[in-house]
Amino acid sequence: MKETSPLNLYKQLPQTNCKKCGEETCMAFAAGLIARTRKVEECTPLIDEKKYAKKLGTLRSTVAPELKMVYVGVGEKQAKVGGEDVMYRHQMTFFNKPPFAYDVADNMEEAKLIERVKKITTWRKFYIGKWQGVEMIAVRSVTDDPAKFAAAVKTVMANGNGFPLILCSFNPAVLKAGLEVAAKEKPLIYAATKDNWKEVAQLANDYKVPVTLSVPFDLDGLKSMAVTFAEMGLTDLVLDPGTAPNGKMLQQTLTNFINLRRAAVEEAQRDIAYPVMVLPINAWLTTDDPVRASYWESVLTAAFVIRGGAIMIKHSLEPHSMMPDMHLRFNIYTDPRTPVQVKPGIYKVGNPGPESPVFLTTNFALTYYTVESDVASNGIDAYIIAINTDGIGVQASVAGGQLSPVKIQDSFNEAAFDWSGQKYPAMVLPGMAAKFSGELEDLFAGKAKIMVGPEDSGRIIGWMKDFWPPK
Amino acid sequence: MAEKITLSDLNKTLTEMNVQSLEGLKIEGDVEIDLDVGAGGVGPLFAYYFGEQAAKIAMQLMEFAKAVGYPVQNLMQPVAVAQAISPAPKDIAAAAAAVPAFKVASALASAKFSVGVDKTWKHPIQEVTLGATKADGGSRGHVVKLGGEKAMPFFPDAAMPHAPKITMDVFDMPIGMAKAVKMHYEDVINSPGEWAKKAVRDFGADMVTVHLISTDPLLKDTSAQDAVKTVEEVLQAVDVPICIGGSGNPDKDPVVLSKAAEVAQGERVLIASANLNMDWEKIGKACVDNGHVCLAWTQLEINSQKELNRKLMKVAGVPRESIVMDPTTAALAYGLDFAYSNMERIRLGALKGDDELTFPMSSGTTNAWGVRESWMVRSPNKDDSDWGDRMLRGPIWEILTGYSLAMAGVDIFMMMHPTAVAYLHEITQSLMGRIDAKTPDANAWLKMGV
Repeated sequence: MKETSPLNLYKQLPQTNCKKCGEETCMAFAAGLIARTRKVEECTPLIDEKKYAKKLGTLRSTVAPELKMVYVGVGEKQAKVGGEDVMYRHQMTFFNKPPFAYDVADNMEEAKLIERVKKITTWRKFYIGKWQGVEMIAVRSVTDDPAKFAAAVKTVMANGNGFPLILCSFNPAVLKAGLEVAAKEKPLIYAATKDNWKEVAQLANDYKVPVTLSVPFDLDGLKSMAVTFAEMGLTDLVLDPGTAPNGKMLQQTLTNFINLRRAAVEEAQRDIAYPVMVLPINAWLTTDDPVRASYWESVLTAAFVIRGGAIMIKHSLEPHSMMPDMHLRFNIYTDPRTPVQVKPGIYKVGNPGPESPVFLTTNFALTYYTVESDVASNGIDAYIIAINTDGIGVQASVAGGQLSPVKIQDSFNEAAFDWSGQKYPAMVLPGMAAKFSGELEDLFAGKAKIMVGPEDSGRIIGWMKDFWPPK
Repeated sequence: MAEKITLSDLNKTLTEMNVQSLEGLKIEGDVEIDLDVGAGGVGPLFAYYFGEQAAKIAMQLMEFAKAVGYPVQNLMQPVAVAQAISPAPKDIAAAAAAVPAFKVASALASAKFSVGVDKTWKHPIQEVTLGATKADGGSRGHVVKLGGEKAMPFFPDAAMPHAPKITMDVFDMPIGMAKAVKMHYEDVINSPGEWAKKAVRDFGADMVTVHLISTDPLLKDTSAQDAVKTVEEVLQAVDVPICIGGSGNPDKDPVVLSKAAEVAQGERVLIASANLNMDWEKIGKACVDNGHVCLAWTQLEINSQKELNRKLMKVAGVPRESIVMDPTTAALAYGLDFAYSNMERIRLGALKGDDELTFPMSSGTTNAWGVRESWMVRSPNKDDSDWGDRMLRGPIWEILTGYSLAMAGVDIFMMMHPTAVAYLHEITQSLMGRIDAKTPDANAWLKMGV
């Protein structure tokens, strides 16, 4: 959507202020559409009443993302691919983090295959109050044997917990065998090429699945194929412009991604405005050293998470690959319009009582959730007070003055925390705020003891063993 | 009812009228029929015949109801029924003809892809030279040039005139380090000169940064006189350009850095750093008086950065070619999103002509080692998947922190781990097209046997 004025969208709404969407006015709903917090479908009169059909049509095409959104999979794990509107995240936000599809192959022994699928589907890490994990599985046909591929797809589906799939082969007979098994779960097929595109187009039509067009390092050829598919009525497309993992072609690869994103969101070239696939897995073709391959795979992932990748096929399931890649994607796709803060005040973790400690931290969401998860996951019952530092972390707010002894005193007063009910009235300062302890002892004299906790809340569990309850 | 029947099956069954009774059939309220659009397109003809099929069923049900004695005749207008089952009217047939059945194209279209460059980028970034050779009154073996970009990094609009540079950290006293980092410096930890040599000789550092942290009143509170001895030691140990960093104490840094600037006169060092919470004017003037470059440090706030740059230029008289910015590096998982977008906005603003922002940028990439994921042995959260080997996790954390910010416009990186330095160098060189390597077959991954 290029539109930035709610007024222009308001013109396409019923303008009755019926409040059915939950907003007070149609103008407020229009503002929600601009901010992408509301969807057209949430205006039920516009959808249901025939007299609005024309407005509905206009509105839908106005709010459509500049870069087409393609759905892969079905049900709650369905992946959204593409659907972006901006070149740089601060211009609004990036909306749909590129799904990571980790690969399995049809020549794997069944037990190994199941083990890898389980690893892919169960990997998780807690970060800023959420679990991060993998979204998809890519099944590669190494055997080129339709029966073996179908069997592998069946095994993956039986153990894949509903994860959307990418079926990968250039052989239409192999893809067809996979689709016979998996079509109802709407996998993405990879790929139509200059050699097989007729057969693959037929498959995409017959089985109603999204399809990847692979024309490496030739944007004219890629566009030609996209135009051809669109003319056939196939528009659920993903583009593979080639991912060169090294050398001068890597520079060309990044240029291609930048140019495709520009064409889509800055120049509204709709005939090429489809989500783009990245193959960080290609790093594994450049070396036999698994550490080097996984590092380089992470580097490629980072490049294209930042510059226009919409879906990725990846290989390394090592923690030293998955953790940094997942965090980078999370950071880049965090909505910069939403403040990452929690409400200041006292929080209860577990079932705290008179013998529980009070940990102090700031209301920066990352900081707060980190402390909370370190306390909760170790089964500690405690209070946490989140001090309003305008969403700044401990170290920076100590340096910048947003966290201060007086601020801490005010926060306890506002929360009306009852120290007299505590058997060991004591607050535990973050190690990085240790320098406040003297001043706080004066401010809280006779009320609460001031204790200095560890510099990283990951060490709270050890600190508890040594220092709690206080002597 | 597991058995599925199609509408025509139902119609057929009813037509044969071998239904004696419909038990348990209850139709309440509106009947919703979900069409599986995935099973075939809904064209005008389909819609028409679907309606017709439904009407036929209604007719059959009516016949059936009549047969069991229910007076349905009055419920339905014959004319409506007749219309519903007549052949498709002309306009519907025509609309159907306009939606062609799927047909594979006979040949690929022939399209050309083209896209423009960003025409709003009209102003180059200021070029800044660090270090001075004998010819320019210094003693460095070579100089390092930053800036000069006319586009976002690695964009096709304009080539980057200079590759991003790396300056490796050297501390003037032993400090706490992650295990993965410490193992590379244990032999030099008590000698800033040897440390600097190792960084240049073994790890390929473009520059070194000597951090005078022992001057911090909360650490050793060493004097400015002691500090300058360390600076001299490093200048003698290596001939690369150097950066001199303070302890971060806002009261003491202006004193220490001014003294260091005097001792290093003529070497065109990068003085790190001036910020708004201290006597930035004193530091700026020390740079001007001794021919150095001033690092202007602000905390993740573009307007503060503009303010500090403006003050350094207008009040302290620092020339444009002697300013580098440090807009703060919040590391991967610890607020990288803020650092990334702040830097990207600064660089885009500069290219568009905001001349308070047209300076090269520096990143304290070493901050990556403050992130627990980079150094902790295992996750404090028991429900996390295994965190693996921290010796492998740490370097990649520093690589991705630096590399992401390279994409946002950073020109010089302050780093620590040799592996991270090597990778950051390799990827930035690759994206400038400076590394030749045989590119593997783009399709080989499909069948690779890892």
